[in-house]
Amino acid sequence: MSATGQTLKAAVELKGRSLWVDARARLLRNRAAVTGIVILAAITALALLAPLLSSYAYDEVNYDIITCAPGWWPWHAACTAPGHLFGTDAVGRDLFVRVLYGARVSLAVGLVATLVSLLIGVLYGATAGYLGGRIDGLMMRIVDVLYSLPFVFFVIILMVVFDRNFFLLFIAIGAVEWLTMARIVRGQTLSLKHKEFIEAARAGGVSPFAIITRHIVPNVVGPVMVYVTLTVPGVILTESFLSFLGLGIQEPLTSWGVLISDGADQMETAPWMLLFPALFMAVTLFCFNFIGDGLRDALDPKDR
Amino acid sequence: MSALLEISHLDVHFATPDGDVHALKDASLTINEAECLGVVGESGSGKSQLFLAAFGLLAGNGRATGSVRYRGEEILGAPARRLNALRGGAVTMIFQDPLTSLTPHMRIGEQIIEALTHHQKISRDDAVKRAREMLDYVRIPESARRLRQYPHELSGGMRQRVMIAMATITGPDLIIADEPTTALDVTVQAQILEILRALKTDKKTAIAMVSHDMGVIAGLADRVQVMRHGAIVETGTADEIFYAPRHAYTRMLLDALPKADEVPAPATEVGAPLLTVEDVKVSFPVKDKGLFGKTRTLRAVDGISFTLHQGETLGIVGESGCGKSTLARAVLQLLPKTGGRVVWLGRDLDAATQSDIRKLRKDFQIVFQDPLASLDPRMPIGVSIAEPLKTLEPGRAGKDKVRAIMQRVGLDPAWINRYPHELSGGQNQRVGLARAMIVGPQMLVCDEAVSALDVSIQAQIVALIRDLQAETRLSLMFISHDLSVVRRLSHRVMVLYLGRIVELAPSAALYADPRHPYTRALLSAVLSPDPRAERARKRELLTGDLPSPLDPRAQLTFLKSRLGEPDYRPRLIEVAPQHFVAEHDEAAAAASRS
Repeated sequence: MSATGQTLKAAVELKGRSLWVDARARLLRNRAAVTGIVILAAITALALLAPLLSSYAYDEVNYDIITCAPGWWPWHAACTAPGHLFGTDAVGRDLFVRVLYGARVSLAVGLVATLVSLLIGVLYGATAGYLGGRIDGLMMRIVDVLYSLPFVFFVIILMVVFDRNFFLLFIAIGAVEWLTMARIVRGQTLSLKHKEFIEAARAGGVSPFAIITRHIVPNVVGPVMVYVTLTVPGVILTESFLSFLGLGIQEPLTSWGVLISDGADQMETAPWMLLFPALFMAVTLFCFNFIGDGLRDALDPKDR
Repeated sequence: MSALLEISHLDVHFATPDGDVHALKDASLTINEAECLGVVGESGSGKSQLFLAAFGLLAGNGRATGSVRYRGEEILGAPARRLNALRGGAVTMIFQDPLTSLTPHMRIGEQIIEALTHHQKISRDDAVKRAREMLDYVRIPESARRLRQYPHELSGGMRQRVMIAMATITGPDLIIADEPTTALDVTVQAQILEILRALKTDKKTAIAMVSHDMGVIAGLADRVQVMRHGAIVETGTADEIFYAPRHAYTRMLLDALPKADEVPAPATEVGAPLLTVEDVKVSFPVKDKGLFGKTRTLRAVDGISFTLHQGETLGIVGESGCGKSTLARAVLQLLPKTGGRVVWLGRDLDAATQSDIRKLRKDFQIVFQDPLASLDPRMPIGVSIAEPLKTLEPGRAGKDKVRAIMQRVGLDPAWINRYPHELSGGQNQRVGLARAMIVGPQMLVCDEAVSALDVSIQAQIVALIRDLQAETRLSLMFISHDLSVVRRLSHRVMVLYLGRIVELAPSAALYADPRHPYTRALLSAVLSPDPRAERARKRELLTGDLPSPLDPRAQLTFLKSRLGEPDYRPRLIEVAPQHFVAEHDEAAAAASRS
């Protein structure tokens, strides 16, 4: 403390930063994460601008060009359709537009369902873990009961009661995904809540809710982020599974999951039908992983 | 005597993302056979790295240059096979934390035998026999049963003794003990040091004793080396270093130690009673193993009463498990009590609602033992310090107060955006103090607040607490396992044993005239930085572990004549004005606990 006079002067101009401000700066310094954000933003923009980018509509059927390869396709194909960038599908619809429309559904489902599960799961798990005792027991038994419901059965009941609806997808998937999240967060909270800094916060008069949001949640962020990056692809695949059963997205609307499962059927005769949606999905999942890793590192001040 | 280990001109560099760190600069030392070399220095002085580097245990980014000779053989940079044969065989190590240096899923016996069978051809039966002999040697009772136990079933002191047994069983020439007693209570520390001393004299084992505490070194070391910032600043025999230190840094380290003849804190004029604690009890249900295990009651605090006055410091002393931290938490309403009353300024806290107590927290604050663990790792320290202010006095000009308090506790206010892991232990403890002091409390509880710090840093923090108290007429409950630390601050001292008071007296009286055998044993475990006195001293050692607080008869350890009545509790008797001592058999040998 030799130069206290100078440092005090400097400190007057120095503003206090919170973890979140620091985390943002660190995230923006992480090249992989920034690349992920940029690519994901680009895919999102493409999806939103899809109608402007192509002269074909996503449900425009053309029986003259069934299962045709794109014009630039370098390998053997039964026929080619020069105007179609990614070729056409089994009823002659433009694959490029369909992949972009599929992106809308898949990204929305992936993001919304994951965010819902994140929000409910983290708060629920942290509350149960922090309060402990009977409340914890009760809250976790509710989770156990919900866990034991067969997923497909659950979705069918929802469809029957509320009619088929796009938003039901979010609800159905979100309602299942948060359970695991809640369990993970509760486990982490149990080990955190006896740490001295939680006790210090209690001694400082901080209310239980503020302790959960200010001290517990930021400290469980590591495992949560890892789980979130696993959840997004899981959710996107779940959606395609539901659509396959006829419980999700209905033709002519589509999603990446549906496109991929269609493409997989024709993999030998028309590989482009699998290649392009799969490529988009793979790139997207990579982006989520990089962003997730980046967020986890950014929120851990020890990682420099 | 011939040189066993010769380290000459050892340099260690670490390549870190922030550039090259020169951790060890031109360090040279010699250890002769059957000799104890003390290596002293503060945290970060490179004293541990010195030996890790010598035996090829540096972290991946470290690089060592120089020369290390073991019995004349160059071993720096020797192939891993040769080093493995040496390590754990002829040269063994004891680490600081006995909790983390034993594998949790392996039985004690297996771990001890593993080291032995790895280095020697020996049948399993013989190995088990040797292991038992070793456990007996390090004075672990019921060695046959202990061999089948897991590390978590043993106390910290026991585990450290197991570590010593592991380190000794191969019959090494040299044991490197890296802060072997720092994590332990003073009483257990004294026991461990006894064992190491016996190793040196009986088995002619050379010991390299690494510590930040000159007191630990004093009784054991033949020669001492003092390290600072990765370089050796002074070398000499123990007597030279302790009685005629030449380097200013050595003198500073010696001055930082609590002196045996140190004047206790002057009995300042104490004010009105602030806090009255009446017969407080805290018990926890403990469930036995198994589905239908019985639930028994562990009485952590078993009826404690005292009064704390304004501006007064009450020292609370006892070993781990005596209930001193539980008492503090019960008083602060952080734990539910099972009985008794806590009265704060005439107000019964049991009658107050949770939200009332939350408001009252402005008046009583706490500083914790582990400076790093008590700060949220994901919060900049400025936010941590401001937190009680935010919740207890919302809407006040917080930023200026944070800066002012940081400056007051000796932290650079420009550090508000730093994270706890970027600061040293002493600095983090200053952050903890700032957080407690920012709301201007009337009472501060220091729960082992300096126990985890280097001795030199301890002195600084104690001085800081003393200054803060003088400025604000703060009342203190100062909790520690070490009577010598408490001495510097306390007006009155309370000694706890298994959740009850055994002695409560004004500081001067307690240190000059300890009446209870337990107090005397605690005092005798305190080390002094005086090698001649330490070597000559006969200690009133407590052997073995603290009895289980679940055992109802444990309370009568010092009152054997009443063992027939297991529910009897020793009463406090006023033997002199303000000097209270629990009933005890004068004849009861302090040495025995069982």
